[in-house]
Amino acid sequence: MATAQTRTLARVMMAPAVIVLLVWMIVPLVMTLWFSFQNYSLINPMMTGFAGWGNYLYVIGDPSFTQSLINTLILVGGVLLITVVGGIFLALLIDQPIWGQGILRIIVISPFFVMPPVAALIWKNGFMHPGYGMLGHLWKAFGLQPVDWFNQYPLFSVIVIVAWQWLPFATLIFLTALQSLSEEQREAAEMDGANAVNRFYYIILPHMARSVTIVILIQTIFLLGIFAEIRVTTGGGPGYASTNIAFLVFRTGILSNDIGAGSAGGVVAVIIANIVAFFLMRAVGKNLDA
Amino acid sequence: MARNVSTGTKLGFTIAAWLVALILFSPILWVLLTAFKTESEAIANTPTFFPQNFTLENFSAVQDRSDYFKHAINSIIVSVGSTLLGLVIAIPAAWSMAFAPSKKTKDILMWMLSTKMMPAVGVLIPIYLIFRDLRLLDTVHGLTLIMTLINLPIIIWMLYTYFKEIPVDILEAARMDGAELWNEITHVLVPMAVPGIASTLLLNVILAWNEAFWTITLTSGRAGTLTAFISSFSSPQGLFLAKLSAASLLAIAPILLMGWFSQKQLVRGLTFGAVK
Repeated sequence: MATAQTRTLARVMMAPAVIVLLVWMIVPLVMTLWFSFQNYSLINPMMTGFAGWGNYLYVIGDPSFTQSLINTLILVGGVLLITVVGGIFLALLIDQPIWGQGILRIIVISPFFVMPPVAALIWKNGFMHPGYGMLGHLWKAFGLQPVDWFNQYPLFSVIVIVAWQWLPFATLIFLTALQSLSEEQREAAEMDGANAVNRFYYIILPHMARSVTIVILIQTIFLLGIFAEIRVTTGGGPGYASTNIAFLVFRTGILSNDIGAGSAGGVVAVIIANIVAFFLMRAVGKNLDA
Repeated sequence: MARNVSTGTKLGFTIAAWLVALILFSPILWVLLTAFKTESEAIANTPTFFPQNFTLENFSAVQDRSDYFKHAINSIIVSVGSTLLGLVIAIPAAWSMAFAPSKKTKDILMWMLSTKMMPAVGVLIPIYLIFRDLRLLDTVHGLTLIMTLINLPIIIWMLYTYFKEIPVDILEAARMDGAELWNEITHVLVPMAVPGIASTLLLNVILAWNEAFWTITLTSGRAGTLTAFISSFSSPQGLFLAKLSAASLLAIAPILLMGWFSQKQLVRGLTFGAVK
């Protein structure tokens, strides 16, 4: 095992990574916290001084805040639901004996590599545009009025785009888990007369538990920060209908130059993420042997 | 798949699976086809599947509109640069955690992963102001620095899981034979870790290439990467479907190819080896 010398060496070698991440975490967070209690606007330099809870009251009291908080939860929850359920279904389908499984995997995983702004713009202009979009043409082919997706169902539209990007990831992870399930176990269950539904409930689902945990963890990390998809499609609108917390902070702090209120929003976002992280980390800590 | 099923069943599953897959793939296929259409064909009332008048002019138009190559080079510098910088910091750290673990190793790993949970908007404003004061806004090195920081936890975790699989016995045997630490590293460990380091590099280049939040908020014309470049198409003067498609295709093609070749490593990398 490691000697005292190697232990010292190990600490030295870890130091840069630990220090860099500590600084990255603490410095901006402390600054955000500090700004959040200041009157600080880039537009009006006369506004200075301690703001107390003013920024927080302003941010939290704003109806747009409540709406973006709800939107954030719907966005994360909706995408998780679609990708986890859809991913399990799709993985089961691809895991069946089929021709061209290898190529099929490659095709299914593709949307994951499409950068978020491209994904959003393809959907916005190519599919969901009421005039030129494929869905519009499809609706017209059935004699229906094309839907103006981003104006009528803005949040739903964003969910569709984000789910399209993350479904391949979930599918790939579930497929990997499925293929590690031993053939004997399946056959034994089949011999014992378990039907497909029973096999799914008692063998496949428990086997997938770990991969489901991982998918939820990884996706939540990224989904809480959905930004580009909103920026290039709805711009958070109409009104605040598709604004999430990430976009709200961007809008307040960077677009409106209200550093104080934007920072207060940022602190709230960090608190929400930490609540989520607390539960996720516990779940993952149990499931992972580090 | 060793299961015996009738050809009919197999055909049924094949058709169903391919149908779903093609629906999922259709937006990408659509971009591919539209990129070679003329503008008027792209927005025609009766949509065409294959381009009727195959054209390459959209691609040159993309370059003329806003210098695609400059943005592509920025993307390459930022994604490759931040990954290499990340590896330099992460390799020693992952190494010591894998081969000289202490009681705190697991906690440190968890803490590092948890920094990934910090929402970017929580630190956007200070970073924006610091960058403004240090004149790092809209610079390639500023963006590279941010990208290194946000991907560092993932790089460390990935390397850690790969290093963990290298048997300690081999290292100890080398040490017994009198190998100095430096020789142990260069002659024994690095050769064994090359596949892991390569996968880490690949995955992080993909993540950095597609990162959009920081590239949109911290850059404009000069240091903009392809994600920022494409985002500028969200407010077009009129709707340039064919040109948008050409630009999109140029932006996603390199990473799509890389992704296809690395899907196995992707699973390992993104789940830190927890799903096999």
